[in-house]
Amino acid sequence: MTGAPVTSPASSGTTRAGPATRGAGSRRLRGARNYLALVPFHLYVGLFLILPTLIVAIGAFTTAQGTFTFDNLGRLFTDDVIVSAFMKSIQLAVTTAIAGAIFGALLAWAVVRGDPNGQLRQVVIAASGVLAQFGGVMLAFAFLATFGFNGLVTIFFKSYLKVDVLSDASWLYSLTGLAVVYTYFQIPLMLIVFLPSLDGLRQEWYDASASLGGSGWAFWRHVGGPILAPSFLGALLLLFTNAFSAYATAAALVSQGSPIITLQIASQFKSEVVLGQENVGKSIALGMIVIVSIVMAVYALIQRRASRWVR
Amino acid sequence: MSGPSTASSLGAAAPGGGALIERPRGAGRPRRRSRLQTSGRIAILVLVFGYLVLPLFAMLEFSTRGDYGSRDLSSYAAIFDYPDVVDGIVTSLQIAVLTVFGMLLLLVPTMVWTVVRVPRMRRVVEFLCLLPLAIPAIVIVVGIAPIYRFMGQNLGAVGASPLTLAFIDIILVLPYAYRAIDSGLRTVDVATLADAARSLGASWPRTILQVIVPNIRGGILSASVLAVALVLGEYTISSLLSFHTLQVVIYLLGKRDPFVSVAVSLAALVFAFILLYVITRFAPGAGERTDRAVEEEPAS
Repeated sequence: MTGAPVTSPASSGTTRAGPATRGAGSRRLRGARNYLALVPFHLYVGLFLILPTLIVAIGAFTTAQGTFTFDNLGRLFTDDVIVSAFMKSIQLAVTTAIAGAIFGALLAWAVVRGDPNGQLRQVVIAASGVLAQFGGVMLAFAFLATFGFNGLVTIFFKSYLKVDVLSDASWLYSLTGLAVVYTYFQIPLMLIVFLPSLDGLRQEWYDASASLGGSGWAFWRHVGGPILAPSFLGALLLLFTNAFSAYATAAALVSQGSPIITLQIASQFKSEVVLGQENVGKSIALGMIVIVSIVMAVYALIQRRASRWVR
Repeated sequence: MSGPSTASSLGAAAPGGGALIERPRGAGRPRRRSRLQTSGRIAILVLVFGYLVLPLFAMLEFSTRGDYGSRDLSSYAAIFDYPDVVDGIVTSLQIAVLTVFGMLLLLVPTMVWTVVRVPRMRRVVEFLCLLPLAIPAIVIVVGIAPIYRFMGQNLGAVGASPLTLAFIDIILVLPYAYRAIDSGLRTVDVATLADAARSLGASWPRTILQVIVPNIRGGILSASVLAVALVLGEYTISSLLSFHTLQVVIYLLGKRDPFVSVAVSLAALVFAFILLYVITRFAPGAGERTDRAVEEEPAS
């Protein structure tokens, strides 16, 4: 997805003048000049996005001496640490995507039922934007202040309820803790992505269903559900890639080892010293690109289907 | 995908064929509600909101702890005792300004040009703008590190400055900025506006700056705020390239003084919330202005 098809449009911008784009008469020179205006954009994206991606892709197949090899890529399937990190990342992304999608959709439904231009809705949308995209390190700290060793809930349980349920805060630093914090930023992301689709459900459809004797359940079972299904599925995939690519929260919470794949890349990146493994980090990175690209391609397909009803 | 852009794209859905007859969906629609639905709605709001608000409340509680169980704001006052925190804030704000201007300079003329002159390139530009969604930030770091090493060694003080992070942040914000500006461009007939301005003798820079930009103000504002939020929250790339931006400083401070670092975090979250709230509140207003511009056109 990132290799050939990406670079071809950039080169076509300069070489392929083609027939004139607008109006009658094919003025080749004019056409070429029209494409030239897009060169700065393509150059910039080429230098700061395509080139880094190529460096990763080529590095994944190269030894430290610059010769071709499959060894780096082979490690993705044979190295136990890397395989387990990939599995844990996928597990974490699937779990938190499903939890985030369900709770986020319910929250979106609850919000959309309120006054559409009301304060509640605007506050919720703005707050969701902050929590979904701004978080990272700060959300990790928020959970340390809540469930950490000196956190609000931990102290509350210890001193008021005298229960020993959450007094040991070490769970927060494990994969369970990561799942709880990830779900925290998946819910608002789901709300933002899903709200427009819910808005697309027309009152007339509900009325039509009701006038034919349909109950609320019948409406969701036969009308609302099928219409929202593609959007829901698409949002689920988006949430998956969001959790799968997340790094900051995990980096701030996990202090021992590199249980998930983004932490694994970071540790490879920081210590590029082990002989013969110089480019393993790049092959892991390439593996991530492949997984995310596949998911995003499916997402784009579903999105095209979903947009039929959103319009 | 982001709050403000969705808000403005909702507004953008209105001006179309039936804009005059049909108000934007959801404007004051009558809802038939059963008691079950209402109580279900309240239960969800309380439960999910509770989950979302609890950690924020805990941050407030944690950062206002004083000596012997008292409450005070000393953690907030202490923020300014850490010069690296202040430096981090200043650095991140500078990067934010550079990112906003760089992003607008790169995106607005390109997108206007694809609409007006080369519509067949629109899909290509869209694809490139959305591409960062498929390439995780951590992967970009791995690939871009050699480029930054090269810049640091060959471009002197400029190449080694943390402000060069703006180059990557522009890439990271492309998907969101593209959607925001695109929804702005969809509300106005850019081609007609440009033709009108050009036929009256305006140069291209002037056409874009004085005719088109004022008409897509809402989209530009959304894109800019998203860029600021993204830069202030960016951790992955700056930490791995060892630049001390706001998030990196907050992380480092967390090891020394957790109370102050939680205070800075909460302050930053509140700041970002106010930014985005202002946008969701006022961006639709900016959208209305562009709607009117479209409606007035046929009359002239």
